[in-house]
Amino acid sequence: MEDWLLTPSQYGSLMGGARATLQLLAQAFVLGVVLSLIVGVGRLSERRWVRGISFAFVEFARGISSIILLFILVIAIPILLQDVFPWVRGQPVIVMASIALGINMGGYGAEIIRGSILAVPKGQTEATIALNLNPTQRLRYVVLPQAMRIILPPMGNLTIEILKGTALVSVAGGFDLMRVTSNLEASMLAGGVIGVTVLYVNVLVIYFVMAQIINGLFRLGERTLDKRFQQREGRAALPITTIHSGGG
Amino acid sequence: MSDATQTEPTADEPEGDAPPGAAVSFQLDQRHKWYRRPDIVVPVVLVFLGLTMLAVADTPSARFRSEFAPPGDVRFDWAYFFHLVPQMLQGLFVTARATVLGFLIAASLGLVLALLRRSESRWLSFPAVAVIEFIRSTPILVQMFFAQVLVRATPAISLNALVILFIVVGIHYATYASEAYRAGINSVPQGQWEAATALNLDPLTKWTRIIIPQAVPNVLPTLGNYLVAAFKDVPIGDAVLSTGGVLFMANTIRSSDFRAVEPYLLIGVGFLLVSLPAAWLVRRLEERISYERD
Repeated sequence: MEDWLLTPSQYGSLMGGARATLQLLAQAFVLGVVLSLIVGVGRLSERRWVRGISFAFVEFARGISSIILLFILVIAIPILLQDVFPWVRGQPVIVMASIALGINMGGYGAEIIRGSILAVPKGQTEATIALNLNPTQRLRYVVLPQAMRIILPPMGNLTIEILKGTALVSVAGGFDLMRVTSNLEASMLAGGVIGVTVLYVNVLVIYFVMAQIINGLFRLGERTLDKRFQQREGRAALPITTIHSGGG
Repeated sequence: MSDATQTEPTADEPEGDAPPGAAVSFQLDQRHKWYRRPDIVVPVVLVFLGLTMLAVADTPSARFRSEFAPPGDVRFDWAYFFHLVPQMLQGLFVTARATVLGFLIAASLGLVLALLRRSESRWLSFPAVAVIEFIRSTPILVQMFFAQVLVRATPAISLNALVILFIVVGIHYATYASEAYRAGINSVPQGQWEAATALNLDPLTKWTRIIIPQAVPNVLPTLGNYLVAAFKDVPIGDAVLSTGGVLFMANTIRSSDFRAVEPYLLIGVGFLLVSLPAAWLVRRLEERISYERD
């Protein structure tokens, strides 16, 4: 059993890397969710140019390889755009990397949000029009809360995909769990390759545990949401059934 | 008679005197059996042939260099950009080939994993679930590093970087493919299984004649999606294992010419030019097959 463990100090530095990975994931997640909402709603817009731009964004973000997008944003963009937007020049790798991962997530997330908005029954939208809600209120109070139940499960999978994507950042020069692992590997090579294999097994397990935690959080969210919806349906259904039984 | 000679000029089959019947049965086929419809089978077979040719072709050398001297400043240079196109195509070819070979492993291993997972014996199904879940939720980049170190640590095995790449891609996407197969097999209506049991078909006939032909329409588009996804993950191998794909080409040019903008933007464009049509084809296939099912 001891053969499969590392030293406490090595675990310490791996935990530091895991924290950096989670921070990166959090930044990419926030940007990804914002982009998915904007683009997902934009794909259903009445204006043609908004639909066109959203479609182009989704196709770009889903068509390109995330590692190539990462290299473009970390290496090419700061040189290309330094005259137009001087602020991109001195940005740390992590900022550009979370933008790349966020774009990637936004492309997939937009399709999830579009699909789930379309899955909300049409009568709901018609009812909001009858109630004279404006489009923002319609989305905020009626459509999105109901779409949420359909959004959450695929969004959880997508978040795990992005967690897996964060490992790419180390190749482009960013600091994360994988970078710490490479550094440890360099210091361990004197001790033979068997130790390095153990190191990678441990890192794989750490990624697996992080993915399971994210999975669990999304499951929890789903359950809370389901409970709320069931309560609401129960309250609404009660009077109708009493009317029915009374009449019949 | 003239109808029959028009459609099949060489065949002198006995069905020649009944063209209306043939037409009716063709229509029925069109509604029921996806594998008898030329509009689905022909593109699928063509794509398979193309992928096979890609798989058996020779690997070009992984050496990239540019004879074109870019000007000293860092401004975007179109002449240099276009000068790199042939090398980008060469890298793209290596990437596509590794994808196809890796996916070959994924498609076959995925079926095995799916069948293991469905197995009645807990000793088979539980490990299968554990392996699938573990591989699916860990990054393919770390898996590549792990495979590389594992090969280095085992003196008995010596593998080429490209072989490691498509074995890792194959195993990683096998776990995804197994989920697609599982969903496809589960989508075959219960009555079909019961009918196969009632007719006393042996397991081999049941699977090859009843279950798999009906499961494929659901599996094929999903597998196509994973093929495109695998294509997007193969460049990771260039960064880890230095296989000579697109990203390796861009990295080599960057370190030899000190030009970063053109090669990376070029491989981005080249990548989109392959993956977008591929994704579009998969979507068409999905639409056609789901249209047929309704």
